[in-house]
Amino acid sequence: MKPQDAKSLRSRLVPGAFFLPHLIIFSIFFVFPFFYGIYISFFDWNLFNPDLREFVGLDNFRRILFDSDSIYFRYFWNGLRNTLTFVVLSVPPLVIFPLIIASLMNVEPKGYKIFRAIFYLPNLFSIATLVLIWRWVLNTNVGALNLTLGELGIDNIPWLSEQPFAWISLVLMTVWWTIGGNMIIFTASLKEVPDNLYEAGDIDGASIFQKMRYITLPYIRNQLIYITIMTTIASFNVFGQPQLGTEGGPDESTTVLMMYIRNIAFTGGRPNPGVATAMAIAMGVVIILIGVGQAKIIKRMGD
Amino acid sequence: MALKAVEDKKKRISFWILSIVSIVWILPIIWVISTSFKTESEAVSGGLNLIPREFTFESYRYIFTDDQHNVLFYVFNSFRAAGLHVFFYLIVASLAAYAYGILQFKGRDKMFWMLVATMMIPVVMNLVPLYSLMITFEWINSLQALVVPGLGGVFGIFLLRQFNLGIPRDIIESAQIDGANHFQIYWRLILPLTKPALVVVALFAFMANWNEYLWPLVVLNDDTYRTLPVGLALMQGNYNIYYSRLMAATTVSMIPVMAIFMVAQRYFIKGITMTGSKG
Repeated sequence: MKPQDAKSLRSRLVPGAFFLPHLIIFSIFFVFPFFYGIYISFFDWNLFNPDLREFVGLDNFRRILFDSDSIYFRYFWNGLRNTLTFVVLSVPPLVIFPLIIASLMNVEPKGYKIFRAIFYLPNLFSIATLVLIWRWVLNTNVGALNLTLGELGIDNIPWLSEQPFAWISLVLMTVWWTIGGNMIIFTASLKEVPDNLYEAGDIDGASIFQKMRYITLPYIRNQLIYITIMTTIASFNVFGQPQLGTEGGPDESTTVLMMYIRNIAFTGGRPNPGVATAMAIAMGVVIILIGVGQAKIIKRMGD
Repeated sequence: MALKAVEDKKKRISFWILSIVSIVWILPIIWVISTSFKTESEAVSGGLNLIPREFTFESYRYIFTDDQHNVLFYVFNSFRAAGLHVFFYLIVASLAAYAYGILQFKGRDKMFWMLVATMMIPVVMNLVPLYSLMITFEWINSLQALVVPGLGGVFGIFLLRQFNLGIPRDIIESAQIDGANHFQIYWRLILPLTKPALVVVALFAFMANWNEYLWPLVVLNDDTYRTLPVGLALMQGNYNIYYSRLMAATTVSMIPVMAIFMVAQRYFIKGITMTGSKG
């Protein structure tokens, strides 16, 4: 082998030395589980006794999607309906509210950096911290919110144990928890909108809402798409708020799909990971379809 | 002149609205901290007073000496898991970002964008198979289970590569002319140059690991490595109606992240802005 060949061989190996550590870990813990999950979903899977697993083909999917006699059918559709309810209720405020805050922040009033820090702060708390804070504030008998409402002559509201309050509470704590990130992205993108567009709008006598609709929103369209899709995906994956906050109640009305998946896969007398994985795949497909659909709709609205 | 007046008025209105909303925003936190310094009887006797009538550290004394579910132990566990995770992730991600951002090789960008595309796959799909893999590895109830799987994350590589692409080629070429090989360039040139991005990646990896709830919940089954979020959730059941204790534990759980945020706020904002505006 000539020296140059050895050298060029070595230089061809250099990139691998840099990206392989990650790629190997990525393959083991991301790529492999992805395909392994599809495999599992075709089995009546037993986590702790692999010899007992049995191939059932598409039966897990049939049971959750079509077999109305199966308990898993009820779990899946109830979970999906509850998850979708949360998505529909939470995504609009999670996008609109930070946009409003960011617009106010955009004129850079006195102390806006402090405001920004305050709005972002809850974002750093873990889900357990979040729920503990709000279970205390929303406590029916001695919570700060009901005490305050009591001063105004309003009776105690069962925030976490009755509908529609349970949904309101879950959305409220999620808004409090996560608007900070979206607010910062919006603040950065609003800075990019040229002032002279607004001045032109002023000259034409445009109202605040017209300026928002015809100048701001089209200009920040890409960030809007990004935020809406990311927020939707995050809301789809909701788990901790209902699991710890409402414990899925009242009457399983806030038991979201993630809770069923976890319960079916890991808890109870007879865990059924095959069914749970089939549910997770079905949920994944729904998330991807909705994400793609949203991107298309928002793109068209802007044109 | 008139424009300036309009501008000032806008600033004033915005200031007042933001002041009111941000007070509402921070009140729950203050209420929680306040409760943690009250006696149990004052906590549930239903006063809206933020200053405790009888100021006490009793709840903190209790939770710090609790030998069943000790909040300080969970804090320690969380720091250990998140710290190790960040350490290894910085190495793995910065190496990969060097390959995808600095080196030139065939199929580089295609490979990178395929990695990024996988970020669109919902994580829920991997939950059960990853757990199954942990059983095979005998990693159930281990520190590795908290530290290792997340090292495959693409987010940090994306951020670091973005930074690497902005580094002028001449710097790298002149280092090569001086006889430096790629590992030397990576170690002595790129790492120091991308320090701010490394801080951002470290912070986000730390926070993500620190706040993880579902994964530790399923993969750990006793207190040995149990992290703060799951520990707190257990305390919710354990302390039940002892709200002052619960709020003391909650306060303790807020302190580390608040401290990090105070020191590193600008890095958080930079990181979020970078990911959002590239979207």
